[in-house]
Amino acid sequence: MSGNDDMKVNRVTGTGVPLRGDDIDTDQIIPARFLKSTTWEGLDEYAFYDARRDEEGNLNDHPFNEYRGANILVVNENFGCGSSREHAPRALRRWGVEAIVGESFAEIFADNCKSLGMPAAVADADVVESLQDFVEADPSAGIELDVENERLVYDGEEVDVDIDESMRQALVKGIWDTVALLRSNMDAIDETAASLPYVDER
Amino acid sequence: MSSGTLYDKVWDRHKVGELPNGQDQLFVGLHLIHEVTSPQPFSELRERGIEVPYPERNVATVDHIVPTRSEGRDRPLEDEAAEGMLTALERNTAESGITFYGLDSDKQGIAHVVAPELGLTQPGMTVVCGDSHTATHGAFGAFAMGIGTSQVRDVLASQTIAADKADVRRVEVSGTLGDGVYSKDVILKIIRDLGVDGGVGYVYEYGGSAIEQLDMEGRLAVCNMSIEGGARAGYINPDETTYEFLRGREYVPEGEAFEERKEYWESIRTDPDAEYDDVVEIDADDLEPMVTWGTNPGQAVGVGEPVPAPADLPEDERDAARNAQAHTGVTPGETMEGYDVDVAFIGTCTNGRVSDFREAAAVVEGRQVADGVRALAVPGSMTVKEKLEADGVDEIFEDAGFEWREAGCSMCLAMNDDSLHGDERCASSSNRNYIGRQGSKDGRTILMSPAMVAAAAVEGAVTDVRDFDGVGGGR
Repeated sequence: MSGNDDMKVNRVTGTGVPLRGDDIDTDQIIPARFLKSTTWEGLDEYAFYDARRDEEGNLNDHPFNEYRGANILVVNENFGCGSSREHAPRALRRWGVEAIVGESFAEIFADNCKSLGMPAAVADADVVESLQDFVEADPSAGIELDVENERLVYDGEEVDVDIDESMRQALVKGIWDTVALLRSNMDAIDETAASLPYVDER
Repeated sequence: MSSGTLYDKVWDRHKVGELPNGQDQLFVGLHLIHEVTSPQPFSELRERGIEVPYPERNVATVDHIVPTRSEGRDRPLEDEAAEGMLTALERNTAESGITFYGLDSDKQGIAHVVAPELGLTQPGMTVVCGDSHTATHGAFGAFAMGIGTSQVRDVLASQTIAADKADVRRVEVSGTLGDGVYSKDVILKIIRDLGVDGGVGYVYEYGGSAIEQLDMEGRLAVCNMSIEGGARAGYINPDETTYEFLRGREYVPEGEAFEERKEYWESIRTDPDAEYDDVVEIDADDLEPMVTWGTNPGQAVGVGEPVPAPADLPEDERDAARNAQAHTGVTPGETMEGYDVDVAFIGTCTNGRVSDFREAAAVVEGRQVADGVRALAVPGSMTVKEKLEADGVDEIFEDAGFEWREAGCSMCLAMNDDSLHGDERCASSSNRNYIGRQGSKDGRTILMSPAMVAAAAVEGAVTDVRDFDGVGGGR
């Protein structure tokens, strides 16, 4: 049994959204008052809900307002710290983020990213800063994150990044999505079910 | 590695294959669903356009958030978050073709009470639920364990889970239980002796004469608290007691089909020459009624035994004991007898079944709840409630001054409006005495058997139920 080819995340290409600042916690990513919902639907609107608004409630110039359509989030140190809420990476994912490059990530947050198939790549501080400058100078400029080889390509340069090995394996083998993985064996599941005396024939 | 145990056999029968990450994929024979851990998984399936492939192997009930006062159960529920979860479950089960025993059903109740009494849980099944007390169903010789929200999604989407096999520890309980001593006392003793984390990485196989003598309701209480001992699952091999309990229940086949099914049940029993990863022996002959004195279920003593001084405990338990005793206000060196209680609570997935209330009723009959004590009797299911009312057991409780409620998890975890207030002390037939568990951060929970709770309600303090006339036990 192997992973599903469609689920393999070997590389992410697109444009960047720079989000400067250390220790951005999951309460900032999605405030606790939005956790009561019984669905994951609409979470994109809650990503950085408070930070994206001024005192009157109008949208401000926060990157999540200004860089709509971008898919590679560029952050600094200890991103995603605080509460373990799975809602945080889900809100980012639904907003459109497909990969995150940062100086460092909180552990649980990174685990939650993995289960969504969203790579979290660690780069040196000077690389992150130059990437943020690069995106701000030209928001439409292309970026490529090569997950398999742990390389980041932008501005005609190629630099090393570090992706946690279990995350990298799950992404490149396409086995991060347990739903897809388990459902890829539906025939074998039906066979096992049929072999059990208490499962009715169907 | 174990071999030839029920766990090994049930695992093998349900194994679909090996996953690329090294885990096994297991078919789930019965998935129990409740309102708290299911909304997001259903929502995710809907968004991804995935249909539940085996709806008939899933059954839902509403238990955690339901009010237990009959007047509080009208829709919409007063608590908006609760109403939202209930509405979501109604919609989700209807759209997926899953049976739902909701507030309008006379079978509603706690998932771990409802499934056994309807005959949904059977030997040799794999049973999962997004609730840590799923181990309860192991009493039938099923492999049953609690799962997280993302695994609930996996099961709904594929009727399987990705799982790692655990080690098997045989817990051999010899001897015979005396009067006033129950299965609850057995499991509290096991947790105390083996530790609250002693079962981490293990599945517990309970056996021996003291276990085999238990009826099914007693066995359910033992397996229920496996998780409090750190074991994600616990089970008891099925025997004639199991089969006779199942005969005639709604989801159990009849006649020849029953005999055929029984052959399967017999076939998954642990072999005489099975190998375990570990074996421990516990003697139940001199077991007393157990009570907890601290803030985890392993901090327990016999009712006639002094509460230990922290200094007399192993070094790594001393700080926890000191903190726990500061919270509960118990005195080391003295027994728990005479420890005043403000609340008495009988119910839950541990001890909310018919025989639990009958044993407690034998204690309160003709007596009165002590002044100043708030006493709640909360049947584990509407079926349990109906059976007891048919025999007038509700009147015994009400005459004694107990409140007689509708079915739900209630004050076990206070997700509804049944809660401790301030630093109230509660004699409780539930399973967890963690700080804040019963809804108040200063509240104190003393775990014990239902009969002991009844005795505490009458005395207004922890007391030895064996001093009361008419006490049964041995189950």
